[in-house]
Parts: sequence; structure tokens; C-alpha cells
Amino acid sequence: MARQSEDMQKNGHRDVILSVRGVDVAFGDKQILQHLDLDVYRGEILGFVGASGAGKSVLMRAILGLNKMNAGEIRLFGKDYRKLSEEERFVLDQRIGVMFQHGALFSSLSVVDNIKVPLREYLDLPDALMEELARVKIGLVGLPQDAGSKLPSELSGGMIKRAALARALALDPELLFLDEPTSGLDPIGAAEFDELIATLRDTLGLTVYMVTHDLDSLFLVCDRIAVLAEKKVLVAGDIDTMLAYNHPWVKAYFQGKRARLVNRGNERLVQT
Amino acid sequence: MNIQPSRDAAKAGAPAPAARLSVVREQGRITARPQGEWLVAGSGQAALEVSALENELAALGNGPDALRIDLSDLKSIDTSGAWLIVRLARSAGAAGTAWELVNAGSHATRLIHAIDFEVGEKLDGRLRDNPLMRTAYSLGRVMNTLWVDTLMGLNVIGAAIRGPQLKAGRRGSVRPISIVHHIDRMGLRAVPIVTLMSFLIGAIIAQQSAFQLRVFGLEVWSVDLVGILLLREVGVLLTAIMVAGRSGSAMTAEIGSMKMREEVDALTVIGLNPIGVLVFPRLVALTIALPLLTFLANMAALAGACIVLRFYAGVSIDDFILRLRAGIDLSTVFSGLIKAPFMALIIGTMAAVEGMKVEGSAESLGRRTTSAVVKAIFFVIVVDGLFAMFYAAIDY
Repeated sequence: MARQSEDMQKNGHRDVILSVRGVDVAFGDKQILQHLDLDVYRGEILGFVGASGAGKSVLMRAILGLNKMNAGEIRLFGKDYRKLSEEERFVLDQRIGVMFQHGALFSSLSVVDNIKVPLREYLDLPDALMEELARVKIGLVGLPQDAGSKLPSELSGGMIKRAALARALALDPELLFLDEPTSGLDPIGAAEFDELIATLRDTLGLTVYMVTHDLDSLFLVCDRIAVLAEKKVLVAGDIDTMLAYNHPWVKAYFQGKRARLVNRGNERLVQT
Repeated sequence: MNIQPSRDAAKAGAPAPAARLSVVREQGRITARPQGEWLVAGSGQAALEVSALENELAALGNGPDALRIDLSDLKSIDTSGAWLIVRLARSAGAAGTAWELVNAGSHATRLIHAIDFEVGEKLDGRLRDNPLMRTAYSLGRVMNTLWVDTLMGLNVIGAAIRGPQLKAGRRGSVRPISIVHHIDRMGLRAVPIVTLMSFLIGAIIAQQSAFQLRVFGLEVWSVDLVGILLLREVGVLLTAIMVAGRSGSAMTAEIGSMKMREEVDALTVIGLNPIGVLVFPRLVALTIALPLLTFLANMAALAGACIVLRFYAGVSIDDFILRLRAGIDLSTVFSGLIKAPFMALIIGTMAAVEGMKVEGSAESLGRRTTSAVVKAIFFVIVVDGLFAMFYAAIDY
């Protein structure tokens, strides 16, 4: 799974798709992020971890332009989102897909209509084609086709996540933001979702920015992990870097009891 | 992602990349070459050309033609482009034409394989196509809803009569704080608007009746007219309508959003009857508050009438009170006030029933709130009519 990014490392050139430089965010007197730097490279799955309340969502929302930041620069595809004209933003928005933690599906629309919302808003396509494309997306994320005509309230938690992913993929974005994609899923469902994200990355050539707490996801599908602590990205690198890094929070996170179990399980998998 | 660009911005900002399908027809073979960027932005044009070729293939029938899809000119592709190619290949297969895919890059091949699955058809409501069936269907639905609503309404009233129904054996216990809280919200806070509205209505009715009776020089009789009309009908009716719009809607929205967030289910699991806990205090509060508000509304309306008649028709305040004492008695006042608790029960029951019917979506909450208010006002007026007939029959 990590093959693609390894190739890139060998070739020496890594295309930076998202760069965050010196970002400061404060709510009132409370400084949330301070001089935060982060790079996301094309084709990788970046796992973003941090304690609850550390500001993971704040950073994601700042990148998406939903939160204000006091200082710093965020460049998506090499462009500063905040300095773009409305038309340029419009083009940029089509290259980004976002899946919110609780799905944020429009509750009054069926799954197919939810997926059609971005298509309808951005493009001028015949309705039959939009219907087909929405159905393709439904199949792509592994939902049964009859789920398409259901309302979000009729779906299970796992199906809502998949439907939200399908909507995020509606415009075939290059960069996909996932906010805790596997939270609230059972381990089997979570593993399937991880696999789905890895498969989609490989087939669609996606870059994935994933806020997660799921140790399995971090160990299995993430190419790189970034740790948010002390108001900045403390360390970013692969899982070995995390295991070797000497910081109490990082140690507790990646070498705690639960992490050790996951890690041991993975080693056993590799041996057999 | 939060900006909402207009359609014009779409045209200016995102010129659709050219996606074309060049079709070369040779003897016994058709070569289709997708050209340019087959991305979702340009898929409208590509879909048109693919559809044209599909129709052509279908028209050929079981000919010897073979279709070759050559991807060598393809610049870039995403799932929409891949889907169109898959669709073309499938249509060719359905038309009995042999097809092959050549010069596909690794990315295109991966994509095409990834989406090569059955895509479900849009559900066609076969039932709804037949107008007769459609009528029967909606009629059945209405009747069923009516029956369910009646049962739920009886359930609410029954539960309210039995009290909050705590499972832990304290069946009769009522929480007075909760009731007082709701009396404050539904009653006390409605005082300014109900008073103002009734004052104005009283004034308007008084002005109209004085204006009409002036022809006969009987302005002073408008006191009787206004007094009876306001106390028997208008005061209680308008107050009930105002409360239905103000508190009934709030009650539906509160109970409905609690239903949406599974709070109602949590109450059941903890061992409380949600109707007892949520609806009972509100219903009691409404039944206490509405007669009080009605009395207040009556007084305000009479005050409005008194002032208008003083300045518009020259009926002095003393005359007003004298005529009022001659024209109305206690039964006139009570005939209006007796109706108020019944109307409160109607408003509360409708609001509770609709609140309990809220499903998962925000739209359903809005629909239920609307229907609670509409039904409450409708039944309040119906019951008012029934009371009028009843009073006439017993000569009250």
C-alpha cells in the first residue's frame, strides 16, 4: 500500500499538494495553534493524530477556510486559498472532497440526491448522467445500489460514513479530507473502510488527509503520520518514526497497551 | 468549501475541458477514440457523443461490426469518463457487437475495472403511474394516518389523565416545578402579545359595530353586541389560535427534536413514560394557562372596546359599564371560559402527537410543526362551533 509513496521517495521528487506554514489560530485569549507547519504529499495517506481538544479539527477547518487564522499561510495545490478570486476558489473547491465526522448528509435528500448536490451545483450535466454518476459512486464506496434511494435517517452508521464518502468523491477530487472516518464503526467495518480508502487512493490517485484516532488505521493504511501536540506538528513521519520518537504523549499514544496489541498483531501478520 | 458560487461563476471559472469521442467507421469495424480530458466537468459533452454511438450500435442490430475503443488519445480520465467507457462497452455487448479496449494506460485500466459493476436503476414508482391506483394509495394513506393520529391522540390524553406514569411505583407523582415552568413559558410570557392583540381586536369590533349601528342611532347598543361577541366567542378563539401558533409549535419542535436525538428513547429505557414526562406537564400547564389567558384577553378586549366607544361613539365609561351589566351576566363570561381548557387539550394533544411523529430529518421536523399548528387551529374552530350548537341546544 505504501508502494506509491516509496517510489516517490526513491525518485527524490515529492509533489507537495498541501502546505501549511506558520499557522496561528486563537480563540479569544486561548492560543490553539502556534507556528504550525505541515506538508502533505501527492498520493499519500496522511494520518493526523492529537489529543482530544488539541486542535485537529481546528486545523482542518482552517485549511478548508471554515475557520479564521491569525497568521500563516495555507497553500492548496500551490495556491493560497485566502488570496484567490472567487472564480479561482471555485475551481479549487472542485479538487477537494470533505467527509465530515458525522457524515453531514443533508437529511431531507436521498443518498443519490446528496451525491448529486455537488454535481448539480458545479456542473451543467443532464440529469440522467448525474444519476448514473451518483450510482457509480455508490458502488465505488461499496454501498448496495438500493441504498441510493434511502434517506440518511434510514441508514446505519457505517452506511452513513460510506454515503458521506461517496458525496465527497462526487467531483472526483484530488485531495480528500476525512474527519475520523472510522469512529463509531465496529472493527470489521472500520477495517473495511480503511481498505476502501487505500483502494480508492490507488485507483483514483487520491491524496488523503485523515484525522483519526484509530490505531489500526494508523498502523495499516497511513503512509505518514503527523502528531499535533503543544500547538504545533510535533513530528511527522512513518510509523517507525513514531515508535522511536521520545515525547511522553507520543510514547503513550503509540506504545500504550492498546497500541502494543495492534502492533504485535501486525507483526504476527507480517511473519505468517 | 463554504462559498456558494453562482452559476455565472461556474461558466467563467471552470471552462469544461474538451472531452470528445472521435468515431471512425471502417468496413465491419468501428473505432472509437476518446480524446482530451474525460473528466467529470466535461462529461456532459462526452455523454452526448457516447449516447449517439450507442444508438448507432443499437440500430445496427446483430451486425458483424466490431467496436474497438482506443484510449491512446486520452489525456486524463476520472470515474465519470471511466463510467462512460464502461457504459459504451456494455451497450455494444447488449447490441451483440464484439468490442475490445486497447491502448489503455494503467490508471485508466484500474479505474475501468474498479467501476465495472452493476449500477442500479432509478426506482420507477410503478404504483404511482396508474392514476386510479395513485388515488387509492393516497386515500388509504390519509385514512391510515387519521386512524393512527386518533390512536396517538387518545394515548396522549389517556396518559395525561393517568399522570406521569413513572415505572418505579410512584405513579401519581407530579413534578410541580416542571408544570410551573411551563405555565411561565406558555402562559406568563404570552401575556403581552395576547393582551395587545385582544385590545386591538376589541377596539376594532367596537368601532365596526358602532359604525353600523349609528344608522339607527343605537350606538350605545354596540356595548351589548361587543360584550357578548367578545366574551362568548372571539376572546377564547383568538387566544387559542395565538397559543396554538406560539406554544403548540414550540411544543412540537421540542418533543420532535428530542425524538430525533433519541432522547425520547432514552427516557423509555430509563423507565419513564415519555408522554408522562414530556407531554403531561405541558398539557397541564396549557390547561391552566389558557383559561387565565382567555380571561385576560377578555378584559383587554373590553378595555379596547370601552376606549374606542368613548372617543368614537361618545359612550361614556359609566354608560359602558351600565350597559355591560345589563347586557351580560356570569353565564356569558363562563360560556367562553369553559371552552378554554378543551381548546388547551386540543392544542397540547395535536402538538404532542405531531412531535412524537417526527423522524430523522430536519424537513420532517418542519413538516410536523406546521401540521401541528394547522390541525390545532382547525380543531379549535371546529370545537368552538360544536360548543355554539351545544349552548344553543341547552339554551345557555
